[in-house]
Amino acid sequence: MACCPSSRRQFLGLVAGGAGVFTLASLPGAVFAAVPGDRRFVVVLLRGALDGMAAVAPIGDPLYQEKRGAIALKPPGGPGGTIALDRFFALHPALGAIEPYYRNGALLFVHAAGNGYHTRSHFDAQDLMETGLTVKQGESDGWLNRAIVLLQGGDKARLGLAVGGAVPLILRGKAQVASWEPQGVGAIDNDLIAALGRIYARDPLLGPALAEGIKAQAFSSSVLGDDTMAKGGMGFGPKAFAALADAAGKLLAAPRGPRIAALDMGGWDTHVNQGAETGRLAQNMEGFAAGLDALAKAMGPAWHQTVVVAVTEFGRTVAVNGNNGTDHGTASVVFVMGGGVKGGRVAGDWPGLAQLQDNRDLRMTTDARAVMKTVLRDHFGLARNTLDTKVFPDTAGIKPFDGLLRA
Amino acid sequence: MVASAAFEAVVAATRFGYAARGDELSAIAADPRGWVTRQIDQPVRPTFPADLPPSQRMVAALLQMRRDKQQADRKAFNDQVRDVYFAELTARTNAAVSSPTPVIERLVHFWSNHFTVSGFRPFVRGFAFAFEREAIRPHVTGRFVDMLLAAERHPAMLLYLDNALSIGPDSIVGQRRDKGINENFGREMLELHTLGVDGGYTQADVIALARILTGWSVARLNDAEPGTFKFYPQIHEPGPKQLLGKVYAEAGEQEGIAALRDLANHPATAHHIAFKLAQHFIADTPPRAAVDEIAKVFRNTGGNLAAVSKAVVALEAAWSKPFGKMRRPGDMVTAACRAANFTPPAPFLAGGLRTLNQLPFYAPSPAGWPDDAASWVSPEAVLHRAEWCETFANRLPGPPDPIMLASATLGEALPADTLEAIQRAPSRRAGVALLLAAPEFQRR
Repeated sequence: MACCPSSRRQFLGLVAGGAGVFTLASLPGAVFAAVPGDRRFVVVLLRGALDGMAAVAPIGDPLYQEKRGAIALKPPGGPGGTIALDRFFALHPALGAIEPYYRNGALLFVHAAGNGYHTRSHFDAQDLMETGLTVKQGESDGWLNRAIVLLQGGDKARLGLAVGGAVPLILRGKAQVASWEPQGVGAIDNDLIAALGRIYARDPLLGPALAEGIKAQAFSSSVLGDDTMAKGGMGFGPKAFAALADAAGKLLAAPRGPRIAALDMGGWDTHVNQGAETGRLAQNMEGFAAGLDALAKAMGPAWHQTVVVAVTEFGRTVAVNGNNGTDHGTASVVFVMGGGVKGGRVAGDWPGLAQLQDNRDLRMTTDARAVMKTVLRDHFGLARNTLDTKVFPDTAGIKPFDGLLRA
Repeated sequence: MVASAAFEAVVAATRFGYAARGDELSAIAADPRGWVTRQIDQPVRPTFPADLPPSQRMVAALLQMRRDKQQADRKAFNDQVRDVYFAELTARTNAAVSSPTPVIERLVHFWSNHFTVSGFRPFVRGFAFAFEREAIRPHVTGRFVDMLLAAERHPAMLLYLDNALSIGPDSIVGQRRDKGINENFGREMLELHTLGVDGGYTQADVIALARILTGWSVARLNDAEPGTFKFYPQIHEPGPKQLLGKVYAEAGEQEGIAALRDLANHPATAHHIAFKLAQHFIADTPPRAAVDEIAKVFRNTGGNLAAVSKAVVALEAAWSKPFGKMRRPGDMVTAACRAANFTPPAPFLAGGLRTLNQLPFYAPSPAGWPDDAASWVSPEAVLHRAEWCETFANRLPGPPDPIMLASATLGEALPADTLEAIQRAPSRRAGVALLLAAPEFQRR
């Protein structure tokens, strides 16, 4: 293990001190390696499958309103409505905090992006997203760790940083990475509580106790002015993400800090009551956008040398299901943000809604690994051949984009 | 209800062990009851790290610290105690996680709770685990009387229950100084360790036993082997004593040994132990017939604990109401570690167990931890349990596939709705958290 975590409420491995202390000078053993141009790269893993058509809506697609039904977003214009990105796509209003980055050319979207595999299992899909492989294998390291090994050369100094709980698969492997986790983020994830509420219903002891516990917690939250339960839990949910992102930004901005980071955000598995302009998914998006904004601001001038890519394991069904939600799908949207991005546009090929994958999902036209390869090639200077064989083995057919970054 | 062998395998693994993993369930299903009894017949002693200090060393360090009373020494001592506590906690958890005979580990924990020593009295902390290793573990499938003697004569118990300072008023020292008997040891031995609160003893018996036990103490720094059991004749109350109608003639240290042998053989003790075992392994309110049957085996075998434990396994009641018992937090934590084959760092374990109110060897009283659901299931406690499961799942290096883990752990006992909830979980870690927090894992 890269570190020896002791408590969820403590800084791990590296950072000693209370929340909000981000000085790297005092960190024992925290020697971080340098990378070409002192560039930064952040991967955000949106776990649970983000509905890409809700985040960046293809308002201009003639079948959009009909196919999405109850969860279709209205065309841009009205107050609280979608935000026009171009003549075809509109940004979800809950993502409004990142609109300025789009306008300034520091944000683009790659739509109808997937991960090149066909599974609707969260677990398998997240594994593949993190290993960078096309088919499931036994044990594997993470593709970002493999990239770090290449960037480090023989240097044993650390380059990577895991932000959140344990080191995620994407960062596990030969290269040592640092990890950081916030204090005070300990409340239970709301999804877990909801699922437990259902299966505890048949338990004569646990059922009533849990129900009482939730009531009591909601009460103390209302007294303390903390509405995290209502907003989808703390954990790695909407509210906590901004704190994680802020911390990641400060650590990455530090002169001798880490240069590559991965962080998680959950809460995207919207099978029930997904909502449209407002609702559950909107709340999660709001937290996500606030986090990206916090990350950018925390990085200060280093933002100019930064690329952030946010990906999810797969998209969601085009049509709404029987619970006003959406089920596991195929393609979603990838966010590419940062001072190093040639943004202000929606990239990728729109497959249209006339023909759907398995008659239900948005078809994939871009493998998200093409975006990752672009960053590793144009931002860090790794050779195409290395990317095709070592970072993402057997992917010569997946070509990096040209002109996605300022590089 | 006639359960399938596959279902009974789950009951065997959870009710008598911690949790199955890998292919264990299919192996257990060949003979679930035999799987339990074979472990009792052939216990495997875990290998403990060689550097875990024996109690003698830690008791001597305590005596040294008390004599010197230097501030710096106190801090060094407290640091040492904390380090030893963490090392011991890791070793004990590892033993339960990796033992080929988890039933034995359950019995060890059961019996060290029966003979509770607690860090509520801070000086006990440095050698509480050593007490379990030295006085409890060697006897869990041996004779009750041997465990009783080993536990009561262990310095940890003599210090915890104040007997080291109990002075016979008519002893040589007692005549010189105005000090007296400390009843605590005698009372707890009768009430908690042997006869039970309804075992038919009186206050006079408490005092008689306390007198009998005067002189049982711990060797001081000036003695030959500091930190070990030592009998001091000069504080032993002289003369005959009458306990439970029997007169014990003056015999120094041997008086206590004779009294303990009689207490171990007392029918009330058989009943008391039988009740506690039945409550631990069968139900919060165990059927009377089950208690009677276990007590009968206890009496008939002279307190042979292998036979007594097997009597519990042989009872239909032990199998007929699966998942009727709520796991105590410590068992839940250990079971999760065993299921995932992962022992988290000691500070994580200790922090979690403290929040869950069952930090090992910190029972609030000599009665030990309660063994009924009502004592452990509260709204706050249930949230803490779920939170712990989530945190633990987030800690796992390389989270396992929760569906495979669920099937390896709960097998035939995995209900459809729990499985469905795990399948729908948004990530592996969330799925593992759900499995661990599920009623079937919280119970046994």
